[in-house]
Amino acid sequence: MNIKAIRSQFPILEEKIHGKPLVYFDNGATTQKPLSVIQRVNDYYSKENANIHRGVHTLSQEATTAYENARNTIQEYLGAKQSHEILFTKGTTDSINLVAFSFGELLNADDEVIISAMEHHSNIVPWQMLCERKGCKLRVIPMNEKGELELDVYDTLLSEKTKLVAVTHISNALGTVNNVEHIIEKAHAVGAKVLIDGAQSIQHIKVNVQDLGCDFYAFSGHKLFGPTGIGVLYGKEEILNQMPPYQGGGDMIKEVTLEKTTYNELPHKFEAGTPNIAGGIGLGTAFEFLNSLNMEDVLKHEQELLNYATEELSKIEGIQFYGEAEEKTSVISFLIDGLHPYDVGTLLDKMGIAVRTGHHCTQPIMDQFGIPGTIRASFALYNTKEEIDLFIAALNRIIPILQD
Amino acid sequence: MSIKEKEQEIIDEFAIYEDWMDKYEYIIELGKELPLIEEQYKTEDRLIKGCQSQVWLNAECIDNKMNFTADSDAIITKGIIALLIRVVNDESPEDVARSEFKFIKEIGLQEHLSPTRSNGLVSMVKDMKLNALKAVK
Repeated sequence: MNIKAIRSQFPILEEKIHGKPLVYFDNGATTQKPLSVIQRVNDYYSKENANIHRGVHTLSQEATTAYENARNTIQEYLGAKQSHEILFTKGTTDSINLVAFSFGELLNADDEVIISAMEHHSNIVPWQMLCERKGCKLRVIPMNEKGELELDVYDTLLSEKTKLVAVTHISNALGTVNNVEHIIEKAHAVGAKVLIDGAQSIQHIKVNVQDLGCDFYAFSGHKLFGPTGIGVLYGKEEILNQMPPYQGGGDMIKEVTLEKTTYNELPHKFEAGTPNIAGGIGLGTAFEFLNSLNMEDVLKHEQELLNYATEELSKIEGIQFYGEAEEKTSVISFLIDGLHPYDVGTLLDKMGIAVRTGHHCTQPIMDQFGIPGTIRASFALYNTKEEIDLFIAALNRIIPILQD
Repeated sequence: MSIKEKEQEIIDEFAIYEDWMDKYEYIIELGKELPLIEEQYKTEDRLIKGCQSQVWLNAECIDNKMNFTADSDAIITKGIIALLIRVVNDESPEDVARSEFKFIKEIGLQEHLSPTRSNGLVSMVKDMKLNALKAVK
């Protein structure tokens, strides 16, 4: 893989921060955007902007075609059976809330939902709200000290009461890649549906929803080189058809009278109101960018970065890693004895290096480890070993300043 | 020295630092020297929880002069607390309640007092002023 050629597609990587070249290691929070995506959004607003789906004029038809083509591109990439199984949402959080509300409407008081101990808050709170609303019970798959799910315990949590299992594909805080194939197979054996939180996956590994066999797959556009404010919920047609709408409004209706409304078909039933048209079209272009890559090469490069960074960081005295799963992506969470993450993050920033500090919206994980937060470096395909060298040098400079 | 004079003194002190790291090394030194809040005052009701760092603040008013002690788990946060406290300690509650801490912006540390930073400092400044208001006779 030609990293130099890839880097040249990301204009922001040329930027300087506090006079230093930007070293961007906060890809778990959001990835940078290639020029193709930036230009596509720009072109839409410059040449094609119109509201979609009901216009008879040329621009409206062109915008509709571009938006629906994006849906088709995403369907093909993910291997979904139908394009109307790809619902546009605001992002992962919105996708999960949609399922928690609409699928949640089908649940009863005795039903159970299973999540795991390593979920992002956005895959915890919507289920807690559902359980409060419907009186269902939330059960949690525990995690071991390496940051891996205890799947033997999971097997014992499943029963005919289980209606839904919602787990993350890859942990944002620890990088753990979960054995979702096992999770899905076991859930289906008791008749439960499965939602996979894919916010941290598609930018690192090739995902095929039919091969996985999951019932729902949720992700955000901005974490896979697309625009912010747009995401996807993949859902199996049969289940989406059983679910009541999430929000009411324009576009999601077939017929409205003041007495009664009938709802539109998929995907429109779940896409009330004017959508994020530019975002959807830009996301389609982000998937074209992914299509131009060999994801096996991407993973190999990122694993090299992960191994190199882990090796170099291990030389720092008093370093402690969090998340040492056998299967993990290019995320390193760590602490250094006596140093507060906020201080480290602040000083790294002054040296042009962007990392994330804090609890990463996964307070239950931090509680389990008994820490308030970590320093997290998360790599993407455009990062390099030279950048890791700068990062290590910066850490070695700031450690003596911060230590007593 | 008035609050304004103390603020100017700090601005002058910081004027010599051209490099960010030098500036932060000075703040970290201040943080290390901050007279700590007494352990007995490190209680839940004096704790200000931020997403990034936490702050404890104790306020007293003796002879119409405010006296603050504080602590934080992050050293840079502590350093900035040291600056804020240096400016308002021994001042009247009226003056403390009125102070706007504009010097923080002058010395280029405004980002630490941004509401989105969530390091506990914004709430601490609010609490300092509230305590001063309560002490106004």
